[in-house]
Amino acid sequence: MTRTRFQSGLDELKGRLTEMSITAERAIDLGVEAYLGRDADTANEVFKVERATNSAEREIDQLAIDLLAMQQPMAVDLRFITACMKINADLERVGDLAVNIAERALAEINRPKMQLPADLGRMATTAAGMIRRALDSFVDANAELAEAVLIMDDAVDRMNKEIFVSMASLMRSNPQAVDQALDAVVVARALERVADHATNIAEDVIFWVKGKDVRHGVAEQAS
Amino acid sequence: MRPNLTSIDGHDPSKPAFSVSNLNFYYGANQALHEISLTIADRIVTALIGPSGCGKSTFLRTLNRMYEVVPNTRVTGSILLRSKDLLSIDLTQLRHRVGMVFQSANPFPKSIFDNVTYGPKIQGDFSRAELSNLVEESLRRAALWDEVKDKLHKSALSLSGGQQQRLCIARALALKPEVLLLDEPCSALDPISTAKIEELIVGLKDTCAIVIVTHNMQQAARVADFTGFFLMGKLIEFDRSTVIFEKPKRKETEDYITGRFG
Repeated sequence: MTRTRFQSGLDELKGRLTEMSITAERAIDLGVEAYLGRDADTANEVFKVERATNSAEREIDQLAIDLLAMQQPMAVDLRFITACMKINADLERVGDLAVNIAERALAEINRPKMQLPADLGRMATTAAGMIRRALDSFVDANAELAEAVLIMDDAVDRMNKEIFVSMASLMRSNPQAVDQALDAVVVARALERVADHATNIAEDVIFWVKGKDVRHGVAEQAS
Repeated sequence: MRPNLTSIDGHDPSKPAFSVSNLNFYYGANQALHEISLTIADRIVTALIGPSGCGKSTFLRTLNRMYEVVPNTRVTGSILLRSKDLLSIDLTQLRHRVGMVFQSANPFPKSIFDNVTYGPKIQGDFSRAELSNLVEESLRRAALWDEVKDKLHKSALSLSGGQQQRLCIARALALKPEVLLLDEPCSALDPISTAKIEELIVGLKDTCAIVIVTHNMQQAARVADFTGFFLMGKLIEFDRSTVIFEKPKRKETEDYITGRFG
């Protein structure tokens, strides 16, 4: 009887977090679409979607705390609930980053269109792909898929550095492009942070499923 | 099972309290324990958990040969108490060195004072002053002194359930045991009495090894440094409590502690 009630709580927690993950993914997709397409309506949609992630974060944390207090979980259940709380925080931050990108989109709309030497589309596709894989690994409890996400972070870090260097060069050679170049740097930085959050989520999934702490590139030795 | 004991601060892993090897136990033709091997470290709390009938209390009772009061029992394998074979130790001496507290408090129908001094008086001659000091020391260690110091000559049966259980612990401590065995000591107690005894257990490990059988996994997690999981007479897993309760290696252990069975 107690286990049934507890399992029902765990299922609800997973379901709510899965819904939030879909919302956070959508926010990033919309933010990038708004920026690359210079689309105010899409940018405004991001702000609405992000508000939903904020209230979901509070509810999910409360649900997790209730389970910890009332059920005293252990082992895989304890790791699952603590992983959910951490993933919850990462997803809320992803929503914030989507807002940052949408705000840059609104700023861009009022400026002349400029072709920048920065492949933000490719970077966005990679970062969004990492988030998607990380969240799939959570839904499927797939540690191998989560491990694959960890490998992708270096590529996004490289792209961020490349964009920074090329925008710095552009600003030196063409002062007219300073505003657009700075916006591109901010958007690239936000996407780099999205990739970091995807990495965090993947690490939490590995901890939940395998009991291994792989943060900071260190795999915990078995005791 | 020989887990890494060096991770416990201040503990000397070369001097375990008990070394158990290939222990088998039989009630008549029924084998209750199968090839149990483990090391119980000194000056730490070791918990034994498992579903009813798994053999954890049977195992506990092998550690001070309490099974010998039950007819038609048989043991094979070896148990060493500080490197000495349990069977080679005088039984009375063994019961002094390895004290036991049972699930139901069982104070003698005597005064509080006489309950504590009963064992030492059998052991040797003590002056009145020595006995008084021993009583105070034992009752203090059992966190009971302040509650009974003004009524030491009242009957032990006038105490509450929790106080009686702490008196039983004091009675065992009066013999200055090297090991204290506790068989579900809190199962009949309210939460406040339980909390007091758990606090006491953690404090006592400074001076002796403690082995506790408990049905309450949260209690094992709260008080024990090491935990062993028994199932159907076998020791399935034995490790630091943080490993057992956070990332157990065996599926049977995980299924039990997460309530998937048992």
